[in-house]
Amino acid sequence: MSTSSAPISAANRHAIAVVVDNESGVLSKVIGLFSGRGYNIESLTVCSINASDTVSRITIVTSGDDMTVEQIKAQLARLVPVHGVEDLSQQGEHIEKEMALVKIVAKGVERREALRVANIFGAKVSDTTLSSFVFNLSGSSRKLDAFIAMMRSLGEIEIARSGVVALNRGEEVFSRHR
Amino acid sequence: MSSSSLTGAEVVVKALIDQGVECIFGYPGGAVLPIYDALFQQNRLRHILVRHEQGAAHAAEGYARASGKVGVLLVTSGPGATNAVTGLTDALLDSVPIVCITGQVPLHLIGTDAFQECDTTGITRACTKHNYLVRRPEVLARTLHEAFSIARSGRPGPVVVDLPKDVQFALAPYVAPDNIRHRTYRPPSTPDARAIVQAAEALLVAKKPIIYAGGGVINSGDEASRCLKSLVDTTNFPITLTLMGLGGVPSSMRQFLGMLGMHGTFEANLAMHHCDVMLCVGARFDDRVTGRLDAFAPNAQKIHIDIDPSSINKIVRADIKICADAGLALKELLRVWQSLAQDKKTAQGKALVRWWQQIDEWRKRNSLAFRADDKKIQPQEAIRRLVQATQHRAVRITTEVGQHQMWAAQHFPFEKPRRWMTSGGLGTMGYGLPAAIGVQLAYPRELVIDIAGEASILMNMQELSTAVQQRLPVKVFILNNQYMGMVRQWQELLHGGRYAESYTASLPDFVKLAEAYGARGLRATKPSELDDVIAQMIEHPGAVLADICVDQHANCFPMIPSGAAHNEMLLGDEQQAEVSDDGKMLV
Ligand SMILES: Cc1ncc(C[n+]2csc(CCOP(=O)(O)OP(=O)(O)O)c2C)c(N)n1
Ligand SMILES: [Mg+2]
Repeated sequence: MSTSSAPISAANRHAIAVVVDNESGVLSKVIGLFSGRGYNIESLTVCSINASDTVSRITIVTSGDDMTVEQIKAQLARLVPVHGVEDLSQQGEHIEKEMALVKIVAKGVERREALRVANIFGAKVSDTTLSSFVFNLSGSSRKLDAFIAMMRSLGEIEIARSGVVALNRGEEVFSRHR
Repeated sequence: MSSSSLTGAEVVVKALIDQGVECIFGYPGGAVLPIYDALFQQNRLRHILVRHEQGAAHAAEGYARASGKVGVLLVTSGPGATNAVTGLTDALLDSVPIVCITGQVPLHLIGTDAFQECDTTGITRACTKHNYLVRRPEVLARTLHEAFSIARSGRPGPVVVDLPKDVQFALAPYVAPDNIRHRTYRPPSTPDARAIVQAAEALLVAKKPIIYAGGGVINSGDEASRCLKSLVDTTNFPITLTLMGLGGVPSSMRQFLGMLGMHGTFEANLAMHHCDVMLCVGARFDDRVTGRLDAFAPNAQKIHIDIDPSSINKIVRADIKICADAGLALKELLRVWQSLAQDKKTAQGKALVRWWQQIDEWRKRNSLAFRADDKKIQPQEAIRRLVQATQHRAVRITTEVGQHQMWAAQHFPFEKPRRWMTSGGLGTMGYGLPAAIGVQLAYPRELVIDIAGEASILMNMQELSTAVQQRLPVKVFILNNQYMGMVRQWQELLHGGRYAESYTASLPDFVKLAEAYGARGLRATKPSELDDVIAQMIEHPGAVLADICVDQHANCFPMIPSGAAHNEMLLGDEQQAEVSDDGKMLV
C-alpha cells in the first residue's frame, strides 16, 4: 500500500493507533487522507474493539520526518469521527505483532525442509496435503519477512498477511480515556 | 423522542427552522422532491432558486461569511451534488460554515448505478469537513443538528448530509437541536495559559515585531477583531493581514501595513522578511503568503495561534504554538500583556521607534502607486473611484478571481470584518456573483458589489437571473480588460509573452446581456465617464452590470514571482526579473 517504495528505517517508522467511530465511510476518510496528502502507509489494520461494535481501532504503520509524522497525527485527529490518535513508537515500549498465513507447494526434500524451518520459527501447520502446507505464524513483521523469504526458496508460495497490530506495554489504557 | 407524525422531509424543514436558518439556496430534482414539497407547505424558510448548483454553494458561502451564520444549500442527487463540489471545496479551503443537503436515490437502489445516482459521500469526502449518508429515519434529526454543530465549531467548514429519497418519505422522529453535538468531536478553544505567557514575553523583548493575521480572526467573531485592534493599539506593533483577513483590523489604523504576500505591499513583505518576532494569528502560512519558504522571515521567532492543530507546524515550524480560538487567545494575550512590567515596555518603545523608521522608509516607496491616465481607465483608478463613491455607505464587496481581485484587495479599504468576501484558498472564478447574492440576502439594505473580471463573471453569469427574480440589487463592477489578465500577466513573466488562450474574443455585450436578464447594464470606456457610471450603478434600485472597459495591458504589482522571497518583489517599474526554474514549476 506504500505510496513510495523507499524502505522505512526504524528511526522514522511510526506505529500509530487511531480510535474511531465505527461508521460507514470512516476507513475511506482515513485512507483518503493518506493518499490525498501523499503520506506513506506501510500497513493498515482495522477492527471493531468494543462489544457493541461502535468503536474501531485502526493501526497504521507509516513513516516520515518528524514534521510529517506530526502532520499525519494532527490531520488524523481532526477528522470528525476520530476519537484519539496515539503514536506508539513515540511513546516508547510497545508490542507490534503481525500474522501471516503462508502456503507452500513442495515435495520431497523441500517439503521436509519447509516443515523443519516452520518448526524453528514456531509456525503452526493450519492445513496440509501431500504436496503442500499452510503455515500460520505470528510475530514481528521482520520475523515474518524472514520466514517468507525462506519459504520462497523452497517452493511456490502464496501468502496472506494481516498487517501490524500494536499495543502499549504497561498498565496505561489508551481507549479508556476516549 | 417527540412527534413521529413527521416525514423525513418535514423533519428536514423543521430542523432547519430550529437551527435559525432563514433562507436556503437550492435547485430541485427527483431525489429532493419530498423536501421541496415540504418547503412548499410552509412559509418560515425562504428558498432561493439558483440557476446552477455551484451558484447555490457560493451563495451559501457568501451568506455565511457576511452574517457569521451557517449557510445552507439543497441540491438533488447525481448532477446536483457534483455541481456543488466546487463550492464545497471552496468552503473547505476558506473555512466557511455551510451545510449541503443532497438528495440520494432510495436505499435499495444505492450501488446499482440508478438514474442520477452518484457516490456523493465518496465524491465529497475530500472536500468536506465531514459528511453523512443518512440510512435510518431515526437518526435524521440528530444528524442534521450535528451537521450544523460541526460546520460552525472549531475551524468551520462544509458538511454534506446525503438523504436517500425513501428516508425523506419515511416517518421520522424529531428531536430539537438543544445540546446536540457530536459524541466525541471537541475542537480546541481556550489557549494554554503558559504558552500565552511565553508569547507575551517573546513579544516584549522583540525589537522588530510584526503581527500577521488572517481569516481565523474573522471566523472567530467580532470580539477577536476588537482584541486584535486593542493589541495593536497598546503594543504599537505593525500588523499585516492576509487576503482572507482583510477587515480584521481597520485598514485606517496607522499600524496597518496592508496585505502581505504575492501581491502584498512592499512594506508588509519587507517587514515580514526582516522581523525578529512574528505573531501569526489565524493564518496558515499559505504559499501565496510565504513565497520561497527557505527565505521566509529567516530570523524570526514565530508564534502561531490557530484553532486547527494541523495548521501549526505544517509549513513553517512555530517556536510557540497556541492551539486555540483566535479571539480567546488574543483576549488572553492582551490581558497578560497589560500585566507585564512597564519598564520593559518603555525600553521596547525605543527599539520600536527605529523599527517604525525603517518601515516608514519602505512605505515611502508607495508600492501601490499607479499612473492614472485620461484616455484609458486604469483598473486601480476605477476601484479608487468606487471607494470614493461608496465611502459613506455600508458596503460589502465580493470578487471573482484574477487581477481585479488583487487590485480590489490592495485598493479597497475595509474598516470592519465580514465586509470582504473573496475566494482565497481555491481561487474560484465565478465565486463573486453568487456570493454577492448570498451577502445581499443577509444584508438587504446594504450596498453589495462584486468586483469582477470579464472572464470570471461568465462562469456563473446565469445567477444574474436569480438576483433579478429575488429583486436583489447586487452590483457587478466588471473590470473588463478582455484578457484573463492574471493569466496574461504570468505568460508575460514566465512564457515569453506568448498569450496562449488568455484573450477572449467574442465577449458578449455586457450591457445587452444585463438587459436580457432584466437587469440594468452600464458602460464606461473613458476615465471621464467613470464617476457617472458608478453613481448610476449605486442609485439604480435593482441589479446592475457595469462594464468598465479598462486598460488591457495593466499588470498587478507589487508581485513576488513564484519561487521568490519576500525581499525579491517586482514593483512594476524595473526590468523584469528572471524566474527560477523551480519557480516556474509552482502555480
Ligand atoms: C475556475 C477557474 N478556472 C481557471 C482559473 C485560473 N485563472 C486564474 S485568474 C484567471 C483569469 C481571470 O480573468 P478575469 O476574470 O478576466 O480577471 P482579470 O485577471 O482579467 O482581472 C484564470 C483563468 C481559476 N482561478 N478558476
Ligand atoms: Mg479580465
